[in-house]
Amino acid sequence: MENQNIENIQFPKDLLDEVQRITSLFPEGKQKSALIRVLHIAQAHFGYLSAPVMDYVARLLLIQPIEVYEVATFYSMYDTQPVGKVKLEVCRTGPCMIEGAEKLVSYIEKKLGIKDGETTEDGIFTLKTVECLGACGYAPMLQAGEKFHEHLTEEKVDVLIEQYRLNPVANYMGQE
Amino acid sequence: MSRKLLLNNVHVEGIHTYDVYRKTGGYAAVEKALKSMTPEEVVEEVKKSGLRGRGGAGFPTGMKWSFIAKPEGVPRHFLCNADESEPGTFKDRYLMEKIPHLLIEGMILSSFALGCEQSYIYIRGEYMYVLRILEKAIAEAYQNGWLGKNIKGSGFNLELSVSPGAGAYICGEETAMIESLEGKRGNPRMKPPFPAIQGLWQRPTVVNNVETICAVVPIVNEGGEAYAGVGVGRSAGTKLISASGNINKPGVYEIEMGISVEEFIYGDQYCGGIKNGKKLKACVPGGSSVPILPHYLVCKTAEGTDRLMSYESLAEGGFATGSMLGSGGFIVYDEDQCIVRNTWNFSRFYHHESCGQCSPCREGTGWMEKVLHRLEYGHGKIEDIDLLWDIQRKIEGNTICPLGDAAAWPVAAAIRHFREEFEWHVKEPNACTTRNYGLVTEKVFEKVNA
Repeated sequence: MENQNIENIQFPKDLLDEVQRITSLFPEGKQKSALIRVLHIAQAHFGYLSAPVMDYVARLLLIQPIEVYEVATFYSMYDTQPVGKVKLEVCRTGPCMIEGAEKLVSYIEKKLGIKDGETTEDGIFTLKTVECLGACGYAPMLQAGEKFHEHLTEEKVDVLIEQYRLNPVANYMGQE
Repeated sequence: MSRKLLLNNVHVEGIHTYDVYRKTGGYAAVEKALKSMTPEEVVEEVKKSGLRGRGGAGFPTGMKWSFIAKPEGVPRHFLCNADESEPGTFKDRYLMEKIPHLLIEGMILSSFALGCEQSYIYIRGEYMYVLRILEKAIAEAYQNGWLGKNIKGSGFNLELSVSPGAGAYICGEETAMIESLEGKRGNPRMKPPFPAIQGLWQRPTVVNNVETICAVVPIVNEGGEAYAGVGVGRSAGTKLISASGNINKPGVYEIEMGISVEEFIYGDQYCGGIKNGKKLKACVPGGSSVPILPHYLVCKTAEGTDRLMSYESLAEGGFATGSMLGSGGFIVYDEDQCIVRNTWNFSRFYHHESCGQCSPCREGTGWMEKVLHRLEYGHGKIEDIDLLWDIQRKIEGNTICPLGDAAAWPVAAAIRHFREEFEWHVKEPNACTTRNYGLVTEKVFEKVNA
C-alpha cells in the first residue's frame, strides 16, 4: 500500500465494469454522481484513499482532483490515511452508550492494546468509535466492513476478534 | 388491537423475495394505479389520506407533492431519503431489509403520481448491505416488468436505482442529500428555491422518507379515506416506532397512532416495561433532536390527560412541557441514567455532524460539547448552565438547515426539566462522577383555566 504512485494504480477489469455500470445509472454528463460509490470501491480495493488513488478516481470520472478531495475529506467513512485490514467501528451514541458502548470500547482497547483511532502493530485491526449506525435497539454494536455485529458482549467480541484475526477481510465492499 | 398497514406480512418467510411478496398481494397497488388511475388521482388519494412525512418533520405528503413544478420538457425526479441517521431511529433499515419490495412499490406509485421517470433511493453508506438487498429486489422488479420502459403496457417509464452516502448525518436534510447525490459534500442549500422548483441537477424534485413512501401502497390499495380512518385526528395512519434504551423489548413496532404512551412503554406487545424493574426517569420520544421529557410528563401531559402516540399529543404543551413525534426514535431512560452525560453525548454527536457552513452551528455545537463535558466530569461552574442556555438559544433559528435547531433543542429541554441535576453536578463534583442523581422532582404546572 506504500509508495502508491499513479502509474500502478488501476482497477481490475471487473471493477472498471462496475464503475461503468454505476455511472450509467445517472444521465449523461452527470457522472459525478457516481463519485461517492466509486470512492467506496476504491477504498475497499486499495486500502485507503491516498492522493494518487483520488487522482485516479478523478480521471476515471472526468472530474477535477479537487472535486474528489473535497468529498473524500467530508464523509466520515473514508480513510485518507492507512488503516488496518479490519476496521472495528463501535457506535458510541446515546442508546448504545446506555447499553454499555463505553465499556465495550475500553475492553477492545485493552484486548488489542490500542486506543480509539489506532491500528494494531500487525496491521490487522483499527479501532474507531463512530456515531449512530441505526442499530439502537440491538445495542451495543459494532460494524466491521459491511457487517453489523449486534447485542455484543465481551465474549462475543472475543470470538469476533479471533475470527477476524484468522481471516482479516472485513474492509470488503460486496464480497462475503 | 392496533391495526397494521406496513408490517402485516413482515414475518412471512421469504417476504424479501419477489415471488413471496407478489403472492401476498404485492404490486397490486401499482397494477391498480397504472390500469385505473391518473397520476392526479393518486395525488388526490394521498391528500385525502392525511399522510404526513415520517422522517421527522411531519409535513403533509400530498401538499408537498402538489408543490412540484412542471415546466415543459424538463425531467422531474423523485428521491427516497434512506439516510436514516437520527440517533434512536432504525425503522427504515428494518423496512428495507425485511420488505424491500414494499419500498420499490411505493417508489413506482409516487414516481407515477409525480410524473418522474428517473428515481433514486439515497441510502446511508453504513447500510451498504441493505443497499445490496435493495439492488437485488430492484433487479427482480425489472425482470418482472415493474420497472423499465412502458411498465405493464401503461406507457409509464421508470428507471430506479440506489445510491449510497458515506457517513454524514447532515445528508438526511433534503438539500444536503441532493448535493450528495450530485457527488458533492453534503452542505445544505439556501431555500428558496425549494427542491420542488430546483432540486437534483436543478430540476424539480420531491424527496420523501422510506416509511412515507411505503405508506403510499396501502393508501392506493385501500383508498385515502380508509387510511385517514386509521389513527387519530390529524395523525392519520400507522407509525413505525424504533424503541431503544432501558426497556424489556427493544425493536421496531408498528403502532396505530393514538395508542397511549403508557401502553407503548408498559404493554406486553410493545416495549414490555422498564428493564430490571427500574423506574422510568425520562424519555426522548422522537429521535435525539426532540425535547427530552421527564418521567412525570411522559405518560401524562401537564394538564393531566393521557399522552398519546401522535403528532399532536406528543407536542401538547409546546416545548415547555411537550416534545415531538419526530422520526419515532423512542429512547427510554431508567432511574440510573445521567441526563448530563446523555446531553453531552448528543452534543458531541451534533458537533461531529455539523457540516460547518454556518458559524452558530459549527462553533456553537463544539462549545456546548465542551461545557457539557466539564459539567459531566465535575469541573463545571454554576454559570455554565446559563452559558449553555445562551449558546443553544443563539444557534436555534440562525442556521441554513434544521441541524442547528436539532442540536439546540435537546440541550434546552435537558436544562428546562433537569436543571437540578445539572446544579448537582456542580455542587457535588466528586459524587457526580461515581453515582447518578436519580429521579428529578416533579414540577407543578399552573393549570390554564378555560
